[in-house]
Amino acid sequence: MSALLEVRNVTKRFGGLTAVNDLSFDVSEGEVLALLGPNGSGKTTMMNMISGALKSSSGDINLAGAPITGLPPHRIAAKGVARTFQLVKILPSLDVRENVVAALAFRHDALWGKTAQDEADRLLAHAGLESRGSEMVENLTYIDQKRVELARALAAQPRLLLLDEWLAGLNPTELHIGIELIAMLRKSGMTILLVEHVMEAVRALCSRCVVMNAGSKIADGETHAVLADPEVIRAYLGEAHA
Amino acid sequence: MKTALGFLVALTVLTALAFAPLFVGPYQLGLLIGLTGYVTLASAWALFSGRTGYVSLATVAFFGIGAYTVAVLSETMPYPLVLLVAAAIGLCVALLVGLATLRLAGVYFVIFSFGLAELVRQLVTWFETSVNGTLGRYIFLPLEAEHIYWQLLALAALTLLLTWWIQRTRLGLALKVIADDETVASHIGINIAWTKIALFTLSAIIMTLVGAIQAPRWTYVEPAIVFSPTVSFLTLIMALFGGASRLWGPALGAIPLFLLFEWLSASFPNHYSILLGLLFIIIVFLLPRGVVGFIEDKFQRKSPADLVEKPARVKEADQ
Amino acid sequence: MLMTTLIAGLVLGGSYALLAMGLTIQYGIARTMNLAYGETIIASAFAAYLLYNNLGISPILGLVIIAPAGFVFGWLVYGILMRPLVARSENTATLEINSILATFGLLFVIQGVMLVIFGGNYISYNYLNFGVEIIGVRVAANRLLALGLALTIGGGLYLLLTRTRWGTTLRAVAVNPAAAPLVGIDANRAARFAFALGGALASSGGVVVSMYQTFTASSGVIFTMKALIVVIMGGVGNLAGALFAGLILGLSETFVAAYISPGLTIAAVYIIFLVILLCRPAGLFGKVQK
Repeated sequence: MSALLEVRNVTKRFGGLTAVNDLSFDVSEGEVLALLGPNGSGKTTMMNMISGALKSSSGDINLAGAPITGLPPHRIAAKGVARTFQLVKILPSLDVRENVVAALAFRHDALWGKTAQDEADRLLAHAGLESRGSEMVENLTYIDQKRVELARALAAQPRLLLLDEWLAGLNPTELHIGIELIAMLRKSGMTILLVEHVMEAVRALCSRCVVMNAGSKIADGETHAVLADPEVIRAYLGEAHA
Repeated sequence: MKTALGFLVALTVLTALAFAPLFVGPYQLGLLIGLTGYVTLASAWALFSGRTGYVSLATVAFFGIGAYTVAVLSETMPYPLVLLVAAAIGLCVALLVGLATLRLAGVYFVIFSFGLAELVRQLVTWFETSVNGTLGRYIFLPLEAEHIYWQLLALAALTLLLTWWIQRTRLGLALKVIADDETVASHIGINIAWTKIALFTLSAIIMTLVGAIQAPRWTYVEPAIVFSPTVSFLTLIMALFGGASRLWGPALGAIPLFLLFEWLSASFPNHYSILLGLLFIIIVFLLPRGVVGFIEDKFQRKSPADLVEKPARVKEADQ
Repeated sequence: MLMTTLIAGLVLGGSYALLAMGLTIQYGIARTMNLAYGETIIASAFAAYLLYNNLGISPILGLVIIAPAGFVFGWLVYGILMRPLVARSENTATLEINSILATFGLLFVIQGVMLVIFGGNYISYNYLNFGVEIIGVRVAANRLLALGLALTIGGGLYLLLTRTRWGTTLRAVAVNPAAAPLVGIDANRAARFAFALGGALASSGGVVVSMYQTFTASSGVIFTMKALIVVIMGGVGNLAGALFAGLILGLSETFVAAYISPGLTIAAVYIIFLVILLCRPAGLFGKVQK
């Protein structure tokens, strides 16, 4: 297996605070990797550096061997990285279908017009929103908005999909639907890097985990082994007691 | 169906307006020229500012560039070529300004545009006095008033058509996405800075052409005349009054206000600018979304993406 | 020649710094962008001219009348024009745009009033217009006085804002307007006060400038522009930055005027602005965000 995403010694400082400290890890082609850690450990900051929302202070990020470090988000998107956001970000002035068409229209082999509409409907159906394209996205439930966001990310035909707490805030039934959706993506061979607090989902979906604490990597390995690691447990419990 | 009907009505009105010079006197024709000029300027202004929230105070910089290009080149080049050169100069200046400021927060653009007309005016003045030796030029072009009117009418129609067409292109979608959420926009592959620069440049070229086409009306041109800040001011107030984010808003705002300003400047020549300022403040306070937006608020669903409600955001990285 | 230009540049730069301090307070603390700022400057210059020419009141004494008048004017403008906009705007970006639009209208009103009263001619008056020998060059006394006044007022303001409790209050609002109420600061009162203080500084600057420069009813825009550039160069809300940036602007302007061409001063100012925007958009002393 070759590494699709390589993160090498990446550091991010905000003034005096080091949010991510000398972090290195790989995501292989076709792998679903979880980035874990207590709140404030730098996971989302790392995701933001991969997608280009933030620039790293030092270190290298490579996608399929080519550097993407410090590129603006639209360039990184064009190279095949798509993402969802920690707090769901939809486009409120557009309807459900247009939300997805927006991503189709600006991906590197862009679709437009009838072709784009049909493809959007297909992706929406795939995400469980069959024939709801004309609804205003603001009126959807939370899980359905998340589905729109996922369909929009998939519309970009990403080589790497970043899911930032995509399962957070869902009720138990929705959670199962959500996990199944991601499982389906994994089966189709999609490479996914996810930040997640729902351990049930991590166990079900990810073969490998990277755990961060206070900006640094404290564990990297197979999920069951990592989650049994005393240091990892301490990091989480310490958080819980603080 | 609705679109076809709209086109039919627009075409009928356009045809009727095109025949207007046959039925009106020279004074009325002069009014029509001024009015068409401002309809075009306000629509071009709104094409960029109404859709991005970046308030441009630089209208007259481009208008004046157009007029001055005609004054300088009209004797050495055929007229169509002069218009082309004017458009090209407008394009270059707009690109330069856009590249320098549109990648930053909105306020930098506003400030830059605020002084741009003054900068261009002083540069032209300096060039004319120190390199050329004289200030002021005469324009002798074999163009009648109705020729100018027809050109402006065509440009106005083109501007509205372009605005309408952009709304259905990928550029139009990009603008909507940017207005909704810049972070999402960039993450789905939209180059935000270039989208804004493209639109600003387009709007600036139209403004430059308005100045170029209107220039022969003056016969005598000097920087203080063609770079008058009132032009920027009137354009802004008309677009805001009508509703800057609507296709017909700026045109609908330009018609009553232009006639009002004509009357004000004839009746109160000394207090003109005071009255303009007061009127403008009233509009900003009472009609933040323009007349069209006001009517929509009263009678229709609330529509998002509006100038004053949704201004250029302060850029914030997504933590 | 070099020394003369240098001193002229320092005088001009001192005035710019003073003018920019007022704007940086209005923008940094009251969060409003005042495009009619230059009109306040010019109106004060006219007031100084009237007091001196008609009543024989020296500009120094005039300052004691005009600066408080500028304060009151700023207080009123904020209360009448800005307050409703602050209430209506949902965030600082909206407030910025709204205040830009409203003060753009105000600019035309004030300019129109001045045109009606004074006409469009260039105006100047003779006050302390004799040469003084200083380090080997002759400098007009009024220029030296202008520099002295700018430094005194600007320095006084700096001490006021950094050494008094009340200055700390204002700076707290500048840093975090949302958190200010939590520590018992009335952010609205502070903003109004800051806006009025900015008005007083604009007026003082207008009087200072009028002592050695000619002006017309329509010069306001240029002053606003230069003050804005100095504010951005120095970093928004940064008084020391404004002083330094003001001096740089004044010096480059006088040097361009003396050695290249007086017609290109605005172009020089703009080039500086462009370079700043391209290299350090947060200002020479501001922290680059992101």
